[in-house]
This record gives sequence, structure tokens and C-alpha cells, in this order.
Amino acid sequence: MADGVSDATRDDLLRVENLTMRFGGLVAVDKLSFTARRGDITAIIGPNGAGKTTFFNCITGFYKPTEGRIALAHGSEAAFEALPAATFRGKQWTKANGACAVFLLERMPGFEIARLARVARTFQNIRLFAGMTLLENLLVAQHTVLNAASGYTIGGLLGLASFKRAEAAAIDKAAYWLREIGLVDRADDPAGDLPYGAQRRLEIARAMCTDPVLLCLDEPAAGLNPRESHELNALLLKIREEHALSILLIEHDMGVVMQISDRIAVLDYGKKIAEGTPDEIRADPRVIAAYLGVPDDEVEDVGAEVGL
Amino acid sequence: MTDTLQPETSPVTRTLPRGHITADVLKDAGITFVIALLLFGSIVGLRTDTVNGVLVLIPQFGKALALATAVAVGRLLLDVFIWRRMTDGRTFASLIPSALPVLKVAGAVGVTFGLALYSIPGFRASLVAGAGSGHPALGAITDLITFACESTFLVIAAMSIVRAARLVIGQTPDEAVGQGILRRFTADFGREFPIALLLIALALPMLTAGPSQRYAIDTATQILIYVMLGWGLNIVVGLAGLLDLGYVAFYAVGAYTYALISTQFGWSFWVCLPLAGFFAALWGITLGFPVLRLRGDYLAIVTMAFGEIIRIVLLNWQSLTGGPNGINRIPKLTFFGLPFERTGDGTFASVFGLKFDPLHRMVFLYYVILALALLTNFITLRLRRLPIGRAWEALREDEIACRSVGINTVTTKLTAFAIGAMFGGFAGSFFAARQGFISPESFTFMESALVLAIVVLGGLGSQLGVVIAAVILIGSAERFRDLEDFRMLIFGLSMVLVMIWRPRGLMSGRTPSAFLNARKNISGSFVKEGRG
Repeated sequence: MADGVSDATRDDLLRVENLTMRFGGLVAVDKLSFTARRGDITAIIGPNGAGKTTFFNCITGFYKPTEGRIALAHGSEAAFEALPAATFRGKQWTKANGACAVFLLERMPGFEIARLARVARTFQNIRLFAGMTLLENLLVAQHTVLNAASGYTIGGLLGLASFKRAEAAAIDKAAYWLREIGLVDRADDPAGDLPYGAQRRLEIARAMCTDPVLLCLDEPAAGLNPRESHELNALLLKIREEHALSILLIEHDMGVVMQISDRIAVLDYGKKIAEGTPDEIRADPRVIAAYLGVPDDEVEDVGAEVGL
Repeated sequence: MTDTLQPETSPVTRTLPRGHITADVLKDAGITFVIALLLFGSIVGLRTDTVNGVLVLIPQFGKALALATAVAVGRLLLDVFIWRRMTDGRTFASLIPSALPVLKVAGAVGVTFGLALYSIPGFRASLVAGAGSGHPALGAITDLITFACESTFLVIAAMSIVRAARLVIGQTPDEAVGQGILRRFTADFGREFPIALLLIALALPMLTAGPSQRYAIDTATQILIYVMLGWGLNIVVGLAGLLDLGYVAFYAVGAYTYALISTQFGWSFWVCLPLAGFFAALWGITLGFPVLRLRGDYLAIVTMAFGEIIRIVLLNWQSLTGGPNGINRIPKLTFFGLPFERTGDGTFASVFGLKFDPLHRMVFLYYVILALALLTNFITLRLRRLPIGRAWEALREDEIACRSVGINTVTTKLTAFAIGAMFGGFAGSFFAARQGFISPESFTFMESALVLAIVVLGGLGSQLGVVIAAVILIGSAERFRDLEDFRMLIFGLSMVLVMIWRPRGLMSGRTPSAFLNARKNISGSFVKEGRG
């Protein structure tokens, strides 16, 4: 992998400990512990119904986990030192030394996770603002910044110059992302009018307009043709390099997963069954067994059969 | 869009051979007659009324028979002349272009006729009277046609003035730059419509004269109240996509705020107006909190209940609101301290050295509501381009995606409720000041339904649509007052027709709040209605 950030600085960004999510009797995520490193593209794979999207929904605040802790560090992993105290005092987030801060995502409402902890996400079934133009979609994503600049509407109603400057900057930023995803010509068309692949790219651009530290992509390559998923790979690698970003990725398309991921975690029935580099995962008999649906006691046999 | 659809022909006509009236057509008309007779027989044919306190049944089968016959004949004519021609795969819409030259000539004749009607005093009145002496119905039809011609002339004239002014200051439409004067004048002529409407609204008291002036100004004031209510509700329903069936509650809060404060403490209208807006907004938030988690039908039902709760509280809290007797002798609006009185010193008429005329007060009221409505429109248009307005629209499009980009959906919903309610409160206090008397009877569910009908008919989110719909619904209700019960029949029929032909309202689609290269209108088919 071509690394923009050297391995030494790849400290922990996200620490998930003992995460459990129950829906009545169904345990969708079961005592999951997981770590994602800063600057990495970490993929989460697993058969259908393994709990991947539930895990995402817990991280991004759409579900409140039944048990467990999800901690995100801004700045460096030194911020995690403040974690025990913050947990004990019941805080949602706390500043550590310097520009560092640690966020306890399981305690925060969804919009605060996007706003303060700066975790952005896309959706498995695309959720764009279909009746708004591409540009408007990207301006809505900059709501936090713009709303503050508009003096929470009052300054904007009065037409303050500072708001006009902030809006011009927001439009520039939106235009930059539209150029990145190759849709600048369609800036003033409704998002619902875009073809499927372009909608997927726009959703990524919208997430990027919120200035995220961590970008969570839920099956970004689903429904894309081979050329489009190749372009998606290039786009993800590029934005990772240029924007000091870490990416968490759920994906079924192994072409995408194996090519761009630094690390891969495999879920099955809500449990993490393997974690490692793409080469390690590719060779792991438990992973193969999970995908083929073999009982646990026959895993060794399968391993032998596929030549491991 | 209609080009790709199947022709909307009736099932009968598809099997019809070309030719004259056939047995099939007659059978179809006959069936239509029977169905129409059954419907009208029960709806129109039997009428209940109270005579000397006793409920009596008045049969009017003659009317029902006439209506059913009219429907059957209409169906027959459609079968023979319109649908027959569409069996070769053409749609009704595709017939319109071929009729365009005829329509244009008819329009030109109408506008010229309107000019004559408007500029020759007494011409229209004598025409209507002349036709009316032949038969009352003929008089009514002449009245309607001449009114339509005159209004069209006024609108076209205002649009021409706006376009002429544009050309003088050098704002030629892009597509007509460097072309002949006629082309420059007519290119994209429709876009002058909103400003022309504004001009007409500003000049209305000058445009009318004679005995109809009072009536015209009064009706226009009435329409403007509903325009303002429609614009206020448009924020909640059209922009934020929150279906609110209890909007009249905020209208009532505003009206009672002014009525109570001005009668109890004697505060002036201009002090009470912001207070009324404030209290209505407060109630908007109060309503907003419990319904935050409700969506769609459930939201509609709870807001409807809220509207009824407010009305019933007003009805039963005798000591404060006067119960069903309402509040009367509410101080009338003054011209910045100068009352509109016939006698006494320091009245509007005496200070300005005018002869007292009740019209002064009416014209002043008209301009006050016009100013309030324009303020509503200005603020709404401004808010749409601010982050809060975009957040409202994003909320209508997709609430979950909103949360994923860091928008606080709770405060966003509450601000929509509060600001929408505030404008309802303003309109309410104006209503109280104009009427001088209010009672819970003015704030029934029908009012909420009417305002919602204006917003939906106009096209969700469209400011111009609200104006057109208010003019059509309130204006026609006033105009056809003589028709009594048939008025509601026409109202229902026109709503059904609009929902068939323009299911997203008269002005569907939305204008983007920002653009990079060019502002292009978005087709209504992409815009979501919101599910609460």
C-alpha cells in the first residue's frame, strides 16, 4: 500500500470495547471489540446478517448500543488517557492535552456525532436530498459551519457580510468536491436525477463536506459496474491521502476490499471472527468457512481442502 | 411527461369506430345519466331546512334532473368530439398545440375586450344589465366573462409595464438579446407575472372605482389574510414537510392575544402584533414538542386535535374568553394614533382635511395586511436561502440523512413550527382588529382545511402558488356567493380536476436556494412531500 502517513504515526483512532446490541432476543452484535487506526482504510466484511450495518449504526449514533463503549480520539491516541475519567464522570466527550479530545460515541445523539465527533457516513440504500440540487446537497452538509456563520439565522436575515463570505466559501468547497467526483457540470440538477453510480459518489462528497475525521461507508460499491468500482477505489485512496482521513468500510465487493484496505475485520453472527491485513484474511480458514457456511468443527477440514 | 403516457380515453371509446353517434355512445351517455342522477338525486335532490324550528325535507328533483342531463350531454359531446379523435393514440394534451392559434386569437380578443370594458365607464355594468334583463343566468355569465376579460387585461397590462421598465433599464432576457423589439418584449413574458401581481396589489384601491370599490377592497383584504396564512403554513408543510391540520389554532391565539390585551389594557395594535406573534410561536413550540416523533398520518391527527383543543378551551374558558359569546368591541386599527371616526377632533379625516369616508379605513386595512403579507413573503424567501431554510427542506427530503450531516432535527422542526405559527399569529391579530369581534366560531377545523387546501392546490413550497390558490379559492367563494350550496360542489369539483391534471399543485417544482452555473427549476417529481 502506498502510504501517505508513515506507519509510526498510525496510532489508534477508534476503540470499540465489548459492544453488544440486542433487539429483543436477537443479539445482532455480540461483545465486539475492535480498533481502527488513524489514516487506515479499515474494512468490515462478513456474510449477510452478520451485524455489520448494526455496528455502523451504533458508531454513528443511529442505534444506542445495549452495552459497551465506543471511543474516538481526535488529535492523537494520547487522548484515550482521558477516557477512564470521562467514562466515570458520565461525560459525552472531553478535551485532553493540546488539541486532543476523546468522544464517547455511544452516549452522543446522532447529529452530535456528525457535528462534534466528526464521524460522517453514507448509507447502504442511498439517502440523498433528491429534490435538491447537487450543490444544495453539499451546502446542507456544511450546515453546522454555515448556521454558526449566519448568527443562528438572525445575522443571515440581516444580510451580514460575514455570512455572505462564509456562504461563498461553502460554495467553493462544494464546487471543489463536485470537481473531485466529476459531477461539476451537473451542479444545478436535482440529485434524484443522477444515475446510480453518480449518486453513490455524491453521497461520499456530501459526507466529506462535513469535514470528517472518520468516514464510514456502508457498501459504497454496491450496484456499481467494474469500471465504476475501480474509479471508487481511486477516489477513496485519493481523499484518504489528501484530507488526513480514516475510512471505515463495509463492502461485499472483494475487488474493492482487498485492493484498498489496510486492515480487515470479519464479522459473523455479531462476533468478530478474524482481523488482519488483506493477505492474512484471505488465508484464514475461519473466514472461508463463514462465507461458505460450514459448521465450526469442520473448519479444519475446509482449510485442508482449500490448501491451507 | 404526458407524451409518454397512455391516452386517457374512456374505456368505451377505444372500441368505437369512427363515425357519427352510435349506439355505444348513446349507451355510455345513458349510463352516465343514471349514475349522475343517483348521485345528484341524493346530494342535490333532497334538501333539509328548518322552517319555524322544524326540520323539513324540501325535494328539488328538477335541479338534480337538470344537473344529470348536463353531465350526460357533456359526456356525449366528449365522446363524439374529443375522445373519438384520440383513439388514434393522441392524448388530450397533444390536442392543445393544434388549438394554440385559436387560443391565442381568443386571448387577444379577450384582452382587447377587457381594455374596452375597463376604459369605458359603465360599459360593463350596462352589458351585464342588458344580458340580465333577458335571463338572470345570462346576466351572471356575462358578468363572469366580462370580469375575466377585465382581470386578464389588467394582468397583461401590468406585465407589459414591468417588461417595458426592464427593457428601459437594460435588462433584456438572455435569449432575446440583440433581437427585434417585439421579440425582446415577448421573450419569457411569463416571468413578469409575480411583479405584475405585486403592482396590481399595490395599485388596487386606485384601479377600482364606483360602487364595486368597497366590495373589491374588502374581498382583496380577505384574500390577503388567507395568502398570509398560506405563506405561514407553507413553511411548516411546504418546506419542512410537516403536515399540520391544526394551523388555525395559531390564528386563534393571535386573534385572542390582540383582543384580550387591547380590551383589557388598551394597548395599541402595533404593540400587540409582536406579542401575538410571540405567543403563537410559543404555542407552536408547545405543539411541536409532543409531535416531534410522529410522522405522516399520526402527525396530521395530533395537530388536528391540537387545533380543536384550542378552540374548545376558548369556548369553555368563559371568564377569560367570553366563551361562545366571544369578545366584542375590540379597538379598531388607527392610522398611527389617528382614529377613523366620523366626528371628533384628531381623526384621520379632520387632520388631513378630508371629508369622512368609511373607505379610508378599509384602504388602510388593506395596505396593512398587504404589508404584513409581503413581510411574511420576504422573510420566508430569505429564510429559504439561509442554512435553516435549507435544513427544513433537507428534513422534508430525508430526516435520517439530515442527522448524518449533523443537523439537529429537533430544533429544526421546532423552528419551523414556531415561525409558521408566528405568521399565523400576526394574521390572527389583524383579523381581530379588522372584525372588531371574534368568537371561537371563526376558528373551526374548516379554516385549517381551507388554508391547507390553499397550500396544496398552489403547490407545496411555492409562494406564488399560494397567491394563485388563495385568489381562486377565496375569490371564487366570494364571487359565487349567490350560488349557495353549489359553491361547495364547484369547489370540490375544481379540486378533483386540479389533482387529476396537476397532482402536485398549480405551481409544482421548486427553485433551488443556491446555484453554481445557472438557476434551473427542479421538476416537482423529484421533490418529496415529506412524511412528517
